[in-house]
Amino acid sequence: MATEPVRPGPLARRLIDRFQRDLPLAPEPWAAMAAALGVSEAEVLAALDELEAAGVLARVGATVTPHRAGWSTLAAMAVPEARLPAVAELVNGYGEVNHNYERGHHFNLWFVVTAPSRQRVEAVLAEIEARTGIAVLDLPLERAFKLDLGFQVPWS
Amino acid sequence: MELSPDERRLLVALEAGLPRVHRPFAALGARVGLEEGEVLRLLRGLLERRVINRLGLILRHHELGFRANAMLVLDLPEDEVDVAGAVLAADPAVTLCYRRPRRPPLWPYNLFCMVHGRDRVEVEARIRALLLDAGLAAVPHAVLFSRRRHKQRGARYGEAA
Repeated sequence: MATEPVRPGPLARRLIDRFQRDLPLAPEPWAAMAAALGVSEAEVLAALDELEAAGVLARVGATVTPHRAGWSTLAAMAVPEARLPAVAELVNGYGEVNHNYERGHHFNLWFVVTAPSRQRVEAVLAEIEARTGIAVLDLPLERAFKLDLGFQVPWS
Repeated sequence: MELSPDERRLLVALEAGLPRVHRPFAALGARVGLEEGEVLRLLRGLLERRVINRLGLILRHHELGFRANAMLVLDLPEDEVDVAGAVLAADPAVTLCYRRPRRPPLWPYNLFCMVHGRDRVEVEARIRALLLDAGLAAVPHAVLFSRRRHKQRGARYGEAA
């Protein structure tokens, strides 16, 4: 947590500014990205490797619109402080859990559960409730007004 | 939900990320028994239908210096929540904005926004400005700052291992 933020190099910044969306749908996408930026394919691949090694790049891939390929929900639990590490670890143990954050509130553990079906999502929540003895709030999305984390990075 | 079996297998294969080889769509297709041209055609269709909402670099913002994130939640009357959601979503400070159900009496809030920033002070200032600009400062709300990230990765749509 206390480590310095990563400072990507010039080409990595341009890749971030330009290709958080609209990856070229061509047989040779890395070469197409390189051509758009006036560099070589090898340079693009090296910059992506560097971003990945630094932990900045999770992957080059897709984000799926919620509820279009399965079901997901935001779940919350009010966990006694002393039990937080163990309960967070239990929640993390589910392959269906993709985000899990501790937050400053009476409801202090917030996680996202995603699965191919609503039944499976609800079964995971019920199992977590049964194993912890703590109620789980099930807060599925009803309407999305904005769902885009591909935001601009203000390089300073 | 109307995904073809090929589309579903392709999305699941893509969860690990596009392989960084010269022809990655051909490599991806080889894993699920699809030709390169078919992979590209299916991906275009998924983007057009907005099943995929973004195809590109997926970043971890914490590592880039966005060290603070807060979930702003508001309790809005049913006939005002959609208008407020649209107004808040239009603000560049807001990265995600969803309507979700209340769970009274435990949870009264029905509108959720994520706000990211370099530190807590910046995020608090953004949220204050956001609520003032949207005319929502008097609406009951709470701000839940992230204290610890236990897990963050892409969603998986295949059967869990």
